[in-house]
Amino acid sequence: MSHKTMINIGPFHPLQEEAEFFQLYVDGERVVDVDVRISYNHRGIEKLDESKTFDQVPFVVERVCGICSASHPLAYVQAVEDIAHVQVPERALYLRTIVNELERIHSHLLWVGLAGHFLGYNTVFMWAWKYREPILDALEVATGSRVNYANCKIGGVRRDMTDEQLKEIDRLATESYGPVEMLTKAVIDDPVLHARLKNVGVLSKADARAYGATGPTGRGSGLPIDVRRDDPYAAYDRIDWQVHYEESGDVFAKAKVRLLETLEAVKIIQRAVRAIPGGEIDAKVQNIPPGEAVGHVEAPRGETFHYVRSDGSNYPVRHKVRAPSFNNIPTFKASCIGQEIADVAITLASVDPCYSCTERMCAAVDAESGRRMFDFAQLVKLSQEKTQRLRRQL
Amino acid sequence: MAVKHWALKKSLWVYHVNTGACNNCDIEVLDLLTPRFDIERFGMILVGSPRHADVLAVTGTCTRQAMPRLQELYRQAAKPVVVLAIGSCAGAQGIFTEAYHMGSPVDETIRAVDPNAIIAYVPGCPPKPEAMIAAVVKAWDVIDTL
Repeated sequence: MSHKTMINIGPFHPLQEEAEFFQLYVDGERVVDVDVRISYNHRGIEKLDESKTFDQVPFVVERVCGICSASHPLAYVQAVEDIAHVQVPERALYLRTIVNELERIHSHLLWVGLAGHFLGYNTVFMWAWKYREPILDALEVATGSRVNYANCKIGGVRRDMTDEQLKEIDRLATESYGPVEMLTKAVIDDPVLHARLKNVGVLSKADARAYGATGPTGRGSGLPIDVRRDDPYAAYDRIDWQVHYEESGDVFAKAKVRLLETLEAVKIIQRAVRAIPGGEIDAKVQNIPPGEAVGHVEAPRGETFHYVRSDGSNYPVRHKVRAPSFNNIPTFKASCIGQEIADVAITLASVDPCYSCTERMCAAVDAESGRRMFDFAQLVKLSQEKTQRLRRQL
Repeated sequence: MAVKHWALKKSLWVYHVNTGACNNCDIEVLDLLTPRFDIERFGMILVGSPRHADVLAVTGTCTRQAMPRLQELYRQAAKPVVVLAIGSCAGAQGIFTEAYHMGSPVDETIRAVDPNAIIAYVPGCPPKPEAMIAAVVKAWDVIDTL
């Protein structure tokens, strides 16, 4: 006899940093359905932007998501530059590339740490976050702040970098290559992680395409899509680099893609620092003519997409933001269903969901009595216990 | 100073509430746990329930959806509890003052439940982890006066 139980995850729980609320429907140990509830983090940014001038909006969209705070403003300014037909100076394109790749390293290391924590590998959590600190220092050198960069501006960037600053960024990025490589090898070679992550939360290529998965979620499922290569912006078409992807679609593939991308980002920074030309950093933009345009950027989580419409005044008439998590969160429908509950925590975490971008949430309750069965802390405990069990067996 | 308060200073337990933040303050709060800052050496840890907490670290602008939940969390916390309003958003709604989905600011939301609540503000967008540690040190001074 089937007995369906609902498990609430969220909205406030100690391990994820955001308010998010999932409802898992389970039959015994198997997940049969998943639902997402939203709006704890909804701040009305698109509406707020309509009351700001074109120059003020980058500071608002930077706060869409603190982890993608280089990607969102960049997508927005690219849309506005498209409306105004601005030719951005070469040096500014390179500076944008450097900040965006530093952000990718810090975001991916952050994810690796949290994923390690969910699996009961707290050492991975501490190490990944420890090696992330020099990258935050590099961002502080580059932009003056650890996480909100205020770097992009319509027509270029707001701050130039001196040769000493570039050298320091190069040094900090180069020094982080070794530790990241060590983490990558540790993850790829660990038999317990193989047992925990391989064939878990599989998102097939067809499902990834059907749900429109982007970024590492899509690339882990064999879709080699990357805005940086497919529609180059900043200086990505001037630098030699490659897109990493895996075919298997499980959590292991997503983790591997992220780690390899982190290493690739270090290489992009090294090449950009060496190839950066001199000159202006800012094309002086006088006014924004009427028109509409889109800008898209490969954020650490996938493609972030901004639509801007101007009527010739100082304010955007419409600004639409579509963050990568908006595409990636519905893939839970394909990847979570049929899983054991113990594997759900890591499957949910595997797309690196960002709720402040998307304003969505999820939970699990007994369908008949309405009583809450598990909370997220308990799910993480189940997940950590499974790792212990496997470790004993191996 | 009562023995209870003397002991409390040695082991402040923190519950982290995100009431609509952009993640920046939250990753900086988590950063406090990691090797560079490592606040556990001061006896502070993040706990999983407000009932265990001596400090509520509130980040974010307090949206309408999160407002009643923040009040409920405050009611559940054992008193005395220090509320840290972390970041410009929690301090004064920051850039989101005019947005349509805002509830009341964090301090007003909590004072609606308890007019004598202890609230410390940590300004910055986001504040550096060092600033958060400094705020906790100031909270110690408040506990001394209890």
